[in-house]
Amino acid sequence: MFMIIHFVKELLSYDFMVHALAAGTMAAIVSAILGYFVVLRAQSFAAHALSHIGFAGAAAAGLVGLSVTTGQLGLTLLAAIGMGCLGKKTSRSDVAIGITLAFSLGLGILFLYFYSNYAGKAMSILFGDLLGVSSELLKTMLVYSVASLAGLCLIARPLLFSSLEPELAEAKGVSLELISILFFILVSVAITEASQVVGILLVFALLIGPAASALCWTRSFWNGLLLSILLGLAIVWLGILLTYLTDWPASFWISALSFFSYLISRNSRNLTQ
Amino acid sequence: MILIEKLNLRFADKIILHDFSARIETGKFLGVFGPNGAGKSTFLQAILGLKQYTGRILIFDKPNYKGNPYMGYLSQFRQYASTNLLSGRAYLSAVSQGFRWGLPRTSPTEKKQIESLIQLIGAEEFIDRPYLSLSGGERQRIALAQALLGQPKVLLLDEPLSGLDPAQQEKMVQLISKIQKQFNITVLFTAHDINPLLGVMDQVLYLAQGKAIIGPVNEIINSEKLSWLYDAPIKVINHNNHLFVIHEKSGSNINVHDHPFC
Repeated sequence: MFMIIHFVKELLSYDFMVHALAAGTMAAIVSAILGYFVVLRAQSFAAHALSHIGFAGAAAAGLVGLSVTTGQLGLTLLAAIGMGCLGKKTSRSDVAIGITLAFSLGLGILFLYFYSNYAGKAMSILFGDLLGVSSELLKTMLVYSVASLAGLCLIARPLLFSSLEPELAEAKGVSLELISILFFILVSVAITEASQVVGILLVFALLIGPAASALCWTRSFWNGLLLSILLGLAIVWLGILLTYLTDWPASFWISALSFFSYLISRNSRNLTQ
Repeated sequence: MILIEKLNLRFADKIILHDFSARIETGKFLGVFGPNGAGKSTFLQAILGLKQYTGRILIFDKPNYKGNPYMGYLSQFRQYASTNLLSGRAYLSAVSQGFRWGLPRTSPTEKKQIESLIQLIGAEEFIDRPYLSLSGGERQRIALAQALLGQPKVLLLDEPLSGLDPAQQEKMVQLISKIQKQFNITVLFTAHDINPLLGVMDQVLYLAQGKAIIGPVNEIINSEKLSWLYDAPIKVINHNNHLFVIHEKSGSNINVHDHPFC
């Protein structure tokens, strides 16, 4: 026990570790909650595309000297509104979303070509830089977390209704398009936040992994949401710990833990049915 | 009471109803029939305010609108986006006041209503099992409970018997009839087969080829009325209290119509 306390004290004596834990915790909670709805609505591909579209925004912002996070969020929000307008057709529009995704990545590469000094930063956007989170970024992430969770608290009820029974929700006066747009706006904020931790390419690890695992185990909404948060936190904290011990990239450990969490949950699913 | 005046309704380019007027009294059971594509579901969706039309639809003397709390709805077209283990109770609770902003928390009053509905539809045994693993009949019963949340005065049930075997169909019809009488609810019930509903209907609405007729069963389901509706010779045969609709083509050629009541 003494050894563990000593180890944790040592871990927390480094500012970069404290920052990493704080950023990872925020990203894990927000992603786990919004990801739960993403999986429930079968919109994982749309969420994946949103994260890639953000890359073009980040690269464009770097080119014109704006904040990378602002550029990423800006373009992701625009795409979110576009996808939201598809309403209940979103999960059936994979071709349109896929083509937009490819075009956005292409644009990102073009912007990088015009501004090659930016290439180093691009790597951290694509694969994350959890151990390089600054105090300023932490504050930005806190604002994003509070804003996205506050927004979700407002729409959670009709969102759950329209996710499980869209036809009935429409008949009861719920605007599927409006809920879809608002939801994708919140998802784009969560994606921008999560990509600071694991990078744009690995956002799935935090957004989808814990939520999809939780849905394999639970029969009630609140239990599922709670398990999704706990799994998200466990994945990030354990990932940071393993990074500290092995010096391997944090993004690798987080994505690997997310993968095994889903693999185990998926295979155990039949047992819980 | 539902009052329909000069209703003109289309689905894409197809005319579903033309200048159709009807009055459906409170607490009555109306069966809505017709061949595939006749517009049974579109008609229900127009009453719900989900489809555009010209003319007037009044629900208890007020124009209908989307989200009218007087209306309970069971949809034929239900798509489940994801595979999950959420229970029947979770699916039922999500519908309760699901149209309101805020967190999906069920108040004690809502919980009480959900429990009494579970008892009413006899779902105590399976309500906590994963919804998507339930049988068609069990899911339809939960869908009926979802439609009954909020104590509606009008129930619009779109093909609640689809996918059910005859024994389950009989149980479902008896359950709906019991609820209709117990709470004095007006029921509009679309189905493909008239026979399971013969004992419980007060009126029949039959749609075909842009025309519609409404009235008591024996006044509507007869050779004369259906021949007019289809603009073709139609024979209605009653065999052991089971109705069969036969489409006669060119005298000797007699075919069972592609939407027989059998």
